[in-house]
Amino acid sequence: MKKLNQRAWLFVTPVLLLVAFNALIPMMTVVNYSVQETFGDNLFFWQGIDWFEQVLTSERFHKALGRQFLFTFLILIIEVPLGVAIALAMPRQGFWVPFCLVTMALPMLIPWNVVGAMWNIFTLPDIGLLGYFMNHTLGISYDMTQNPLAAWVTIVIMDVWHWTSLVVLLAYAGLVSIPNAYYQAAEIDGASNWAVFRYIQLPKMKTVLTIAILLRFMDSFNIYTEPFVLTGGGPGNSTTLLSIDLVKIALGQFDLGPAAAMSLIYFAITLLASWLFYTLMTMNDNKS
Amino acid sequence: MAQITLSNLRHSYRPDPAGDDDYALKKIDLTWEDGGAYALLGPSGCGKSTLLNIISGLLVPSEGKILFDDRDVTALPPAKRNIAQVFQFPVIYDTMTVYDNLAFPLRNRGRDEAIVKQRVTAIAEMLEVTGMLSTRASNLSPDNKQKISMGRGLVREDVNVVMFDEPLTVIDPHLKWKLRSKLKELHQRVRATMIYVTHDQTEALTFADQVVVMQDGEIVQIGTPVDLFERPAHTFVGHFIGSPGMNVLPCDVRGGAAFFGGEQITLEGPSGISGDGKAEVGIRPEFVSVSRTGGGIAAHVRKVADIGRHKVVEAIAHDSRIHAILDGEAPNAGDAVMLDFKQSQTRLYKDGWLASRPEGGAL
Amino acid sequence: MRLKSLVPVIYILFLMLPIYWLVAMSFKTTNEILAGFSLFPQTWTLANYTAILTDPTWYWGYINSIIYVTLNTIISVVVALPAAYAFSRYTFVGDKHLFFWLLTNRMAPAAVFALPFFQLYSAVGLFDTHIAVALAHCLFNVPLAVWILEGFMSGVPKELDETAYVDGYSFPKFFVTIFLPSITAGVGVAAFFCFMFSWVELLLAKTLTAVEAKPIAAVMTRTASSAGYELGLLAAAGTLTIIPGAIVIYFVRNYIAKGFALGRV
Repeated sequence: MKKLNQRAWLFVTPVLLLVAFNALIPMMTVVNYSVQETFGDNLFFWQGIDWFEQVLTSERFHKALGRQFLFTFLILIIEVPLGVAIALAMPRQGFWVPFCLVTMALPMLIPWNVVGAMWNIFTLPDIGLLGYFMNHTLGISYDMTQNPLAAWVTIVIMDVWHWTSLVVLLAYAGLVSIPNAYYQAAEIDGASNWAVFRYIQLPKMKTVLTIAILLRFMDSFNIYTEPFVLTGGGPGNSTTLLSIDLVKIALGQFDLGPAAAMSLIYFAITLLASWLFYTLMTMNDNKS
Repeated sequence: MAQITLSNLRHSYRPDPAGDDDYALKKIDLTWEDGGAYALLGPSGCGKSTLLNIISGLLVPSEGKILFDDRDVTALPPAKRNIAQVFQFPVIYDTMTVYDNLAFPLRNRGRDEAIVKQRVTAIAEMLEVTGMLSTRASNLSPDNKQKISMGRGLVREDVNVVMFDEPLTVIDPHLKWKLRSKLKELHQRVRATMIYVTHDQTEALTFADQVVVMQDGEIVQIGTPVDLFERPAHTFVGHFIGSPGMNVLPCDVRGGAAFFGGEQITLEGPSGISGDGKAEVGIRPEFVSVSRTGGGIAAHVRKVADIGRHKVVEAIAHDSRIHAILDGEAPNAGDAVMLDFKQSQTRLYKDGWLASRPEGGAL
Repeated sequence: MRLKSLVPVIYILFLMLPIYWLVAMSFKTTNEILAGFSLFPQTWTLANYTAILTDPTWYWGYINSIIYVTLNTIISVVVALPAAYAFSRYTFVGDKHLFFWLLTNRMAPAAVFALPFFQLYSAVGLFDTHIAVALAHCLFNVPLAVWILEGFMSGVPKELDETAYVDGYSFPKFFVTIFLPSITAGVGVAAFFCFMFSWVELLLAKTLTAVEAKPIAAVMTRTASSAGYELGLLAAAGTLTIIPGAIVIYFVRNYIAKGFALGRV
């Protein structure tokens, strides 16, 4: 039993102040902008919920949101099963384990714009390794500055490259925590490999996979730097994801009101979807 | 159902064992009779779990063979041996219901759903878990979980042997005896061979008809609980079983008689040792009587512990510590007393192994 | 079985290919890059690295990044330690809500905060300082550090605290001399994650700096946009940004699997 102790507030105060400074004040600024109109010179006019209406009904927002959902959906559907499969295939002990873990974690420690720049260099049609291989060895026309499909495939593969390791490492951590007796019991019970996966490994990985899916959802839904550096949102607007669009409106066009309203809607969608994910995935625990 | 024979079994966890010390199992020859209730007793690290895993097929022995009846199963994987094993902590399939857990081994072998249902119902009734069949196994208490793991072992009617690897470790003390008697009852109903591995003598002695005592990868004695108590074949068994364990006193053997500190000790029968030399006298505390006057060995009491139904007296004679268990009145610490050993229970050990024989009895 | 062991090998090869290409590019001369495709550098050159290491705008980018990342890691862990202790040991009014609210900050899109952050830090006069970036990154690193540390602390039996009080330790002395040493792994993992997320983040770091505290990653964007043909230079700069991460990850390699499970498996 934990102790009831109101002095604990003393311990959390520094965190509270720091995060409140960083989160509440900017959030209030955003809320403030979202209900006002300005023509510069610090003159503001009450605008009500007009900006929200404008954003919610604009085709541009719908398209960006649609692209964002498509991107996140693709990321989850590819990275989660792939990450689990790789974790299952990894050795459980021996010299290769630290080697695998270090090399797999490496992409996650590269600054995000370097990731974008690296993939740009990698995919340049004539002098990039992948670009050259596609265009000149396989003879498939591949240029993501021209072809929206190529751009999409590239940003998805880039994200798979960048973040699948997170799923691998989490799933692996779940796998190595399964006591050997479970595998022995399953062997004695005559369970097939599939049954071992379905009834032992998957249930034991559930906690870490919940974390993995949540993190991957949040981060892929909020992604900005890597696709921005790689494609700039193009060709056309084909890879303009929600964050890229938001920055275009806020810093490019300096339309503060609509940008602020869009920010709040964006944040609300992230929160709502994260909450839905979490509730769905932990629902079974609370039953019976 | 089968008789299990272990022949010339040796096992080392090293790929390239040099001396005897590298072997977790030194040399095991043993036959488990069909339908017996066995306990495998020994301290941690004596090799009992290794032996168990070799029988179940989770380990392949470095040398030797395992026979189920006349069939050599040494190279067979666990699934092909028709055995069942219950582990230290309950292994259950969290996401399944109790029913599905019990049905799992049968379904994996492609049995007909009707047979599955009949077997699961029967086993559930035996284990008294019928009311829980539709709950999720993850919601059960530890003792019920362990019952389910036992049930998964017993659900197959053709199982050759059910092995228990210290199955009561995580169970609350007041539930231990309940599960233990349940197990005993199950053995009587199912009549499958059962091997129960433990380091707890009470568990071993109450469960088994035959107890196999192991130490350092070797079997030191096989016998009924009474055998182990009354005639330990090795001083290790004497120490390990009983509380406190057997008194083992250094002695000199001269002309077939044993002398402890110069005083002759009357043994149960012939000493079994020809020639003179060092040996040990073994006598259980239960068979040492204490008196203020009278015959025996002079000693002084160092301390007396009251452990409820009886008292344990610790006395010193000829620099050796001797325990005695008394039911009635006990002396006080510091008293001078006389110790008397019950002749029929006084044994002689040479190099740790039992040497003396009962009067008129064979070795 | 053999097929199975191939899976991690193929995956690692896939991970290494773009990195190899970046490194290979960084050793090529501009002429070679512009001349067309070559699998290996034909004439090895260190010119790109020399250019970076002798140009103050470049190497100050590195120093700036390392300064604010280090500051952020220290602030995040130091602030998170008492809070994590409170969450793992005490019940108090609003604890669950507070914990959840902290975690929601991990979900806020950085793009949402870019402009207000710029205004906030300009208003308090911290714009273009290392501390501004370090503080801004606390937005997502402090909740993460609290979360990781809370997981590790909950694994330490409460009896440890009680024994220490019985033995007459004051709280600060107990915390520093007894409790901290028992969760060093957790502190290491939390510090690693703070380092990682602060090191890789660019949007906020770029928004909050102009000249004095400009991070290396932002210096690179300038190069990329203003001089598109300087691919070799860009590749060399990129290669250099991989090194600190690789060093840090090597030191925590034994905790990494555990750390990714956030001590909560």
